[in-house]
Amino acid sequence: MTTWAVDLANVGAVYPWVGLELIMVLVGVALWILWHIVQIRQENAELDEDTRLYGNKEAIRKALDDHPV
Amino acid sequence: MGDQLSALTTVFTEFYYWVTVVIMFLIHVGFCMYEVGASRRRNHLHTLMKNTMLIPLVTITFFFFGWWIYWAFPNGPLITGPLLTEAAAPNAPISETMGTNLSDRITGVFWAAFLLFSWTAASIVSGSVIERIRSGAFWIIAVMIGSVTWIIDAAWGWHPNGWMVQLLGYHDAYASGVIHAIAGGTALGVLVVLGPRLGRFRADGTAREFVPHNPWLVTIGLFLIYTGFWGFYAACNVPIISPETIGGQITGTTWTATTIYLTPTTLGAITVNFLMSLSGGLMVGYLVSKGNPFWTYSGGLAGIITASAGNDLYHPVQAMVIGGVGTFIAYKMHYWVENRFKVDDAVGAVAVHGYAGFAGLVIAGFMLWGYPSSPFEGYAAVNPLGNTIGAIIMFFVLGFIPAWIVSKILDGFGLLRVPRQVELMGLDFRTLHEEEQARQDVREAEKALA
Repeated sequence: MTTWAVDLANVGAVYPWVGLELIMVLVGVALWILWHIVQIRQENAELDEDTRLYGNKEAIRKALDDHPV
Repeated sequence: MGDQLSALTTVFTEFYYWVTVVIMFLIHVGFCMYEVGASRRRNHLHTLMKNTMLIPLVTITFFFFGWWIYWAFPNGPLITGPLLTEAAAPNAPISETMGTNLSDRITGVFWAAFLLFSWTAASIVSGSVIERIRSGAFWIIAVMIGSVTWIIDAAWGWHPNGWMVQLLGYHDAYASGVIHAIAGGTALGVLVVLGPRLGRFRADGTAREFVPHNPWLVTIGLFLIYTGFWGFYAACNVPIISPETIGGQITGTTWTATTIYLTPTTLGAITVNFLMSLSGGLMVGYLVSKGNPFWTYSGGLAGIITASAGNDLYHPVQAMVIGGVGTFIAYKMHYWVENRFKVDDAVGAVAVHGYAGFAGLVIAGFMLWGYPSSPFEGYAAVNPLGNTIGAIIMFFVLGFIPAWIVSKILDGFGLLRVPRQVELMGLDFRTLHEEEQARQDVREAEKALA
């Protein structure tokens, strides 16, 4: 939009990049899928590390004593 | 907005739905409080983040495809007609009406009202799977129910022209089935694959009670869900519409509130019936659980959920009794399924939403037998068989089965459940460990300064 000196009855979409909706949606979908991929990788790595570092019986028993309920 | 009356109606309707969205936000606040209160201290943060992050994920996917599904799928497709691409086009993410658009002021508000239902559906599942599910797995399941399965059921059974309404006479005014039964069925499908929390069942098969660590948080959470439910009920209505706009068989010029099927009701009716079904549920919940606060509050919720299918038309006493009956069924079914199949539903979501919602649909089929399901000619009347088939579609076909399949796939990739050691240590172990180290560090520093 370059001016508001218009009859609003004749105005439709006013957001930037009207006409490029498909590209914007494709970018949004790609970002959504990417988010899941990154999140699952992060979660896997954290769980693996926790298991490796603290997954022994002694550490688990200590954790249960520290935070029983 | 042609004339002043239509402009006022549009502005009123727009604001009406906008207010319902704000009130419905409290449902999510309530679910978060409830879940965190029910979890053990070593799982708080994981529990909270699991439920919180479904908000953005369901929101963006509901924008990308969920809202389009609702408008495209009322015919099945191929049950009563084709995919409705033309009707769905203004609601597609690439439509100009989904952005800031001065010639369409209301689509976004409708979208948001439906979106809040989507959050609720996913959030119901969230509570039942706490303390052992991986966040990433839950969020995929949340997108499945929030932006795919529930909105397919809405297109089928919660759209004025949905095929279930046309052929079965399906009637579910305030979503006993389209939200609650499907969410309960989905939760059960996940739970069957996920398995119980470690230590939940003794070697002889009897259950250990995992006591909610904070009953206040649980009960205030449920109070907030009740509060948000007001917005949910209001959002299920069309607040004011003329017979001419409906275009059905209603004669005369009297404007009315309607259900989503465009059948007449009143805000007064649903307000009284909401409270009477809540009361019936609370009273039975208290008695059947012998005063257990968790089940009393959950009973109130189950009462509303059971009566919701027909609360547009019931007499208040009917709403109260139906609410009580549904609560009794939910309570008994919860413990029967738990003992028989060793299903660990941490918050009773399958019972309160699934069994109560299922029962509510069946009961509505009998209670409203012969009522027109629609103002349009040629639609089947409400009947017990149609609503029972509808309940099966909601709970099993669109709820249990897709959730079971997706959970099996996630489990096959080792992505469903956290490792055994982490579950025992607590899902917040890393955070708690780092926090303790930080405190220790500060203590040491302060001692050095003393």
